[in-house]
Amino acid sequence: MLAYIVRRLAYGAMVVFGVLFFLFVVFFWVATPDDIARRALGEKAPAIAIEQWKENHGYDRPLWPWESFDNNMLFAHYKSMLTFDFGRSDADDVPILEKIAGGVGPSLALTVPMFVLGLVASVLLSLIVAVFRDTYVDRMGIVLCVFGMSVSILLYIVGAQYLIAKLLRWFPISGFDPSPDVVLRFLALPIIVGLVSSIGSNVRFYRTVFLEEVHRDFVRTARAKGAGEARIMIHHVLRNAMIPILTQIVIAIPFLFTGSLVLESFFGIPGLGALSVEAIQGNDFATLRTMVFVGSLLFVVAQVVTDVSYSLADPRVRLE
Amino acid sequence: MEDWMISNLVTVGLLAAMVGCVFLIRRSRLWSEAAVELWKRRPIAILCVSLYLAVAILDSIFWVGGVDTGEDVVSAHEAKSVIDRLFADARERSYSSPFADVEFYGGKALAHPGSHPLGTDIIGRDVVYLALKGVRVAILIGGLTSLIAIPLSLLFGISAGYFGGRVDDFVFFVMSTLASMPGLLLLIALIMAMGRSTLSICIALAVTSWVGFCRIVRGETLKLREQDYVQAARVLGVSEVQIVLRHILPNLAHLVIITFVLTFSGLVLSEAVLAWLGVGVDGSWGQMIDQARSELSRDPVVWWNITAAGSALFVLILAVNMVGDAVRDVLDPRTLRERS
Repeated sequence: MLAYIVRRLAYGAMVVFGVLFFLFVVFFWVATPDDIARRALGEKAPAIAIEQWKENHGYDRPLWPWESFDNNMLFAHYKSMLTFDFGRSDADDVPILEKIAGGVGPSLALTVPMFVLGLVASVLLSLIVAVFRDTYVDRMGIVLCVFGMSVSILLYIVGAQYLIAKLLRWFPISGFDPSPDVVLRFLALPIIVGLVSSIGSNVRFYRTVFLEEVHRDFVRTARAKGAGEARIMIHHVLRNAMIPILTQIVIAIPFLFTGSLVLESFFGIPGLGALSVEAIQGNDFATLRTMVFVGSLLFVVAQVVTDVSYSLADPRVRLE
Repeated sequence: MEDWMISNLVTVGLLAAMVGCVFLIRRSRLWSEAAVELWKRRPIAILCVSLYLAVAILDSIFWVGGVDTGEDVVSAHEAKSVIDRLFADARERSYSSPFADVEFYGGKALAHPGSHPLGTDIIGRDVVYLALKGVRVAILIGGLTSLIAIPLSLLFGISAGYFGGRVDDFVFFVMSTLASMPGLLLLIALIMAMGRSTLSICIALAVTSWVGFCRIVRGETLKLREQDYVQAARVLGVSEVQIVLRHILPNLAHLVIITFVLTFSGLVLSEAVLAWLGVGVDGSWGQMIDQARSELSRDPVVWWNITAAGSALFVLILAVNMVGDAVRDVLDPRTLRERS
């Protein structure tokens, strides 16, 4: 047992190291410090200004250990990321850690209700579709799902902002206010858009999960015993489908923290997604690579926790 | 060589490859039956996709000259596609609504009254023309990305599944590393690092999308490796390369086709998001939708741009999704169980 946990932790650490190496290759080798400085200062910036910028932002060291073992960018990159000493933004010199700490709250305020509502709605809808399998309800449901999946999220957002916010004036078009009595007014529209845009693929996914269980022997036995359709669906099908559903939930949790890139910046919510978009538009490479690192760190931690708790619950997992 | 000549060559090459595929499908009974079954299930969706393909092909064949552009000397020496030529003399000065005779703001007479079924945009370009130009961009993104991602995932997936051991460990490590990074952020980071061109956008999309397919290929190869006919081939002394080419690869073909169709729509949709973030391909529907956002706050509203781009995108994605589901049902026996 302990051996399995240690092995799993070590693999997680290796993946984090791999992510950091990939980020280094992308942000220091593909886009060299000279490129980054030139993006910030403009194509025609004089060489002295570029050198000065590189020095100010800590990009003036050699890249690889074989060029200078004591003072190179690779080791500095690993050290700063692994000690959470992310440094300052390339664009406005604000400490990146401060930016991230300020963005987590609004992101969670948007993503947690969106995720919970979405999960409940899609599980319920797919249960209904699974009850009516092989009838017109099922077929219509699937067609509707495919229609919903085929609309770009941009269209959902623009359409909702125009119809619900501008014409009907139910909610503000965009903006955010953290005080608890008005925050829901600002969050309602992005939550609705997030729900509608993802429900198609979710219902399809959970439908296949449920249909897999519907044809199992124990369901036939339950039906032979005279259990009602509702009881079969809730006690036998839903319960046995909990494992894929739980896996789906655990995988989604790290992404709740990093927020939604598209929704946050369209609706002016100052979360981590909007922070990333700001970094993209301001050529702020330091913030961008920190965001990617934080996202993957959360993902790896969530995966290790899931695997370890699976192995505690089900001894067969450890044997693999 | 000029850009437009390369485009012509690639188009001719792809057309030849398509003809070759049709020939191969006709020769094999298994595949031609699958094709007939597919056509029976989704004739309208297949027609839609073929229509889009035809527009994309017409928009990929360029030549210089032959258009009377009036006083414009520069554009007389530019290469123009068939679609460009069809709409060559349809410019106005500013917005006009569908089938209008006068400009939308101000009411000056149009140069070509009543000839714009979907109106014109802010600098007077015909919206039907713009929507048709988006077809080639969308298909280029989906197609080029798949052409990069599929060989990559076949190479890594087969070698991981077939040879196992160290190779498998390495490929699996690369896959879990890539999969743990947040997808959209990674995509944008790659595009920003490589610069904004169609090719680098496709490479970035390929890097972020090959992992899922590679995992499927690896799993399937692991299963195929244990099959009796593969074991028999090995005992008979057939070389590893021959086994992979003869016995593994053909048995993965249906997976390649299913994944290609099913990921295509996702790729085109993510380009729309990229366009809105300012890192998209020029002339895509995503850019049109992005520009139309400010038009919706004008008064009176300019609605035809976003409607044209949005419905062109929607119809393509819907048709591809429909065809994709049908392809999976026809080719993958495992889904038979799910449908029953």
